[in-house]
Amino acid sequence: MEFLYASEVLVNGLMAGVMYSLVALGFVLIYKASGVFNYAQGVMALFAAMTLVGIMEGRVPFAHLINAAFGTHVSSFGWTVPALLGIALTALVMVGLAIAIEKLVLKHLVGQEPIILFMATIGLAWFLEGLGDVMWGADVKTLDVGLPQGISETAETLTNDWLGYGFFIDRLDIWAAVIAALLVAALVGFSQYTKQGRAMRAVADDHQAALSVGISLQFIWIMVWSIAGFVALVAGIMWGTKSGVQFSLSLIALKALPVLMLGGFTSIPGAIVGGLIIGMGEKLFEYFVGPLVGGATENWFAYVLALLFLVFRPQGLFGERIIERV
Amino acid sequence: MKTLGEETKMKLKLASLALGAVMAAAPAMADLVVPNLSYRTGPYGANGTQYADGFNDYFTLLNERDGGIGGQKVLTPECETAYNTEKGVECYEATKGNGALVYNPLSTGITYQLIPKVSADKIPLYTPGYGRTSAKNGKVFEWIFNAPANYWDGASVAVKYLLDQNGGDLNGKKIALVYHNSAYGKEPIRTLQELAKKHGFTLTELPIDPPGQEQKSQWLQIRRDKPDYVIMWGWGVMNQTAIQEAANIRFPMENFIGIWWSGSEVDVLPVGAAANGYKSLTFNGVGTDYPLYADMQKFVVEPGKASQGGQFVGSALYSRGMYAAVVIAEAIRKAQELAGTAEINAAQLRDGFEALDITPERLTEIGLPDFGPEIKMSCDNHGGSGMARLQQWDAAAKKWTLITEFTAPDQEILDPLILEDSEAYAKEAGITPRC
Repeated sequence: MEFLYASEVLVNGLMAGVMYSLVALGFVLIYKASGVFNYAQGVMALFAAMTLVGIMEGRVPFAHLINAAFGTHVSSFGWTVPALLGIALTALVMVGLAIAIEKLVLKHLVGQEPIILFMATIGLAWFLEGLGDVMWGADVKTLDVGLPQGISETAETLTNDWLGYGFFIDRLDIWAAVIAALLVAALVGFSQYTKQGRAMRAVADDHQAALSVGISLQFIWIMVWSIAGFVALVAGIMWGTKSGVQFSLSLIALKALPVLMLGGFTSIPGAIVGGLIIGMGEKLFEYFVGPLVGGATENWFAYVLALLFLVFRPQGLFGERIIERV
Repeated sequence: MKTLGEETKMKLKLASLALGAVMAAAPAMADLVVPNLSYRTGPYGANGTQYADGFNDYFTLLNERDGGIGGQKVLTPECETAYNTEKGVECYEATKGNGALVYNPLSTGITYQLIPKVSADKIPLYTPGYGRTSAKNGKVFEWIFNAPANYWDGASVAVKYLLDQNGGDLNGKKIALVYHNSAYGKEPIRTLQELAKKHGFTLTELPIDPPGQEQKSQWLQIRRDKPDYVIMWGWGVMNQTAIQEAANIRFPMENFIGIWWSGSEVDVLPVGAAANGYKSLTFNGVGTDYPLYADMQKFVVEPGKASQGGQFVGSALYSRGMYAAVVIAEAIRKAQELAGTAEINAAQLRDGFEALDITPERLTEIGLPDFGPEIKMSCDNHGGSGMARLQQWDAAAKKWTLITEFTAPDQEILDPLILEDSEAYAKEAGITPRC
């Protein structure tokens, strides 16, 4: 029975890892294309999820400001928007955000050190956090795009018939795995087989060389930030469905950091494999060692695991090995 | 180049300008200043906002309807702590010089840091339902008050309820405590361990690292161990996630009891229908079905003077913030009566707290019948009766329903624990017990 319990923990760890990977993917995309570690990725997930709820529920953006300025009492347009249309509209908002980020932030920092761009993304995170609150309010929002939650009775029955113990697998996690697989396939396909994808990879390899063959850095950056915005929306939907849309959603970025350290900052498959290893590792450690040390080991153990990998592969499992010759 | 005389004149001008600015920013000397160390941002902002609104609105009501307390307007300058201990201490330091009468930071972490500070500055700290439990012992904690109930009261009332549900016998039962891995979440452990010894139940402690969005391991363990009951000490996103995970593993909601900080609308609404039947402790009423709300509507909400537009009026956390304001207002009233002046200071307010007696009749007069337990404090009792009750979530109606009367905790267990902890603090801090 102990083996079955451990197996159940392992399966759930892998599922949790997929959820971490969804967040890590956004970081990888931007880092890969521009060498920027986007500190704001977690807040982008929060902003996207807030916008989606706002659009679906027909909330009036900036209602507080409007009411304070004009003495009105507006809060809702009085309509609701179906989930798919809401997601499409939110994706458009994220494209608009990408354009604004390029025009107002990145354009003015071309040629600056990566640390300057990183600092700019810290500022962006603070700004987006405030903007989200002002636009949609700081209350906890319920997000329901129709994704099922709760135990998968099929998985429970199957494992019970087969092994004599019914495993717990959350239906939301199964959906997350399917969506992550589709997302990775689409991203890999896009970067390998489309003109824009190849241009993106060229920019990632060498900005100057890419510019010299006529690739627009501006367009590539807008495109990459838009895709990262869409990935943030997907992560926001999955995590927001799980525990409501609220500020804490932005902190899921902390869960992605060890995944990135382990998988490498430049590899899309690395984000997935890294997520799976972190998810599985932290859950099994909590199961076997947690009770001996008082529990709550997951947050720190993920980082310990990532650091252990770094000792042997500083570039991460799938990261690019950087050799600089002097 | 300026001469020395010109420079002196310039400095004098600047000094008078600075003094003028300070005087303009500071409240008029006659105002009663009750700083609101609130948090409307950060991971716990959704909770802190509602509490802060209720706190502000009650004082606004007194100002608008009665002209304040004893003819003195009450000011509630807000300072954002983001539930961060360092920021909370900064807020305290920044506001204490403006005639602050009492603090209510809504954070156990901030409370622990402020206890030595307020004791040195001689300003009351009122921490209803949170903070350091043993502060109930007024002999040691002269400036701290935590009535009507503290965490150990909560743990005891929850166990008493379970005893009632099981014909007075919890022998052989299994109870799991899911707690926020912080000073706050760890508060009930000692009490629950003692209660487990007394009543023969097994206690499993399951810490969850804040903020608490990932709890799969803990709930898988609950699914394997099959405890009869789960008690939760959570805050913020930890609550929603835990209730969702409980629903996911089909844990019976009626056997899941949260502390009062795990019992607000924001904790259950994101889970939808699956949260139906979830229970939590409370020491205050919820909803707008109290006569006071007619005045609140007339004097505060309708004229547009409500904090944040009054969108949370009647919610569990709004009601708790408002209740904290009610107790402070009553303590101010009592202090004014004792001092024979409306212009009281912080030390006089401490006397007001110690002489406070909010009877059921007084609560009815205020317009909040049966809203909270009777609060009677004294020099040695700064925690009141410790009574609390249970509420249950009705997901279809989207509202809490009170399901028990106010219940007293097991003082036989709690009193020695409070004495032991407070005496240890007195020894450590070099305090000679008074009264």
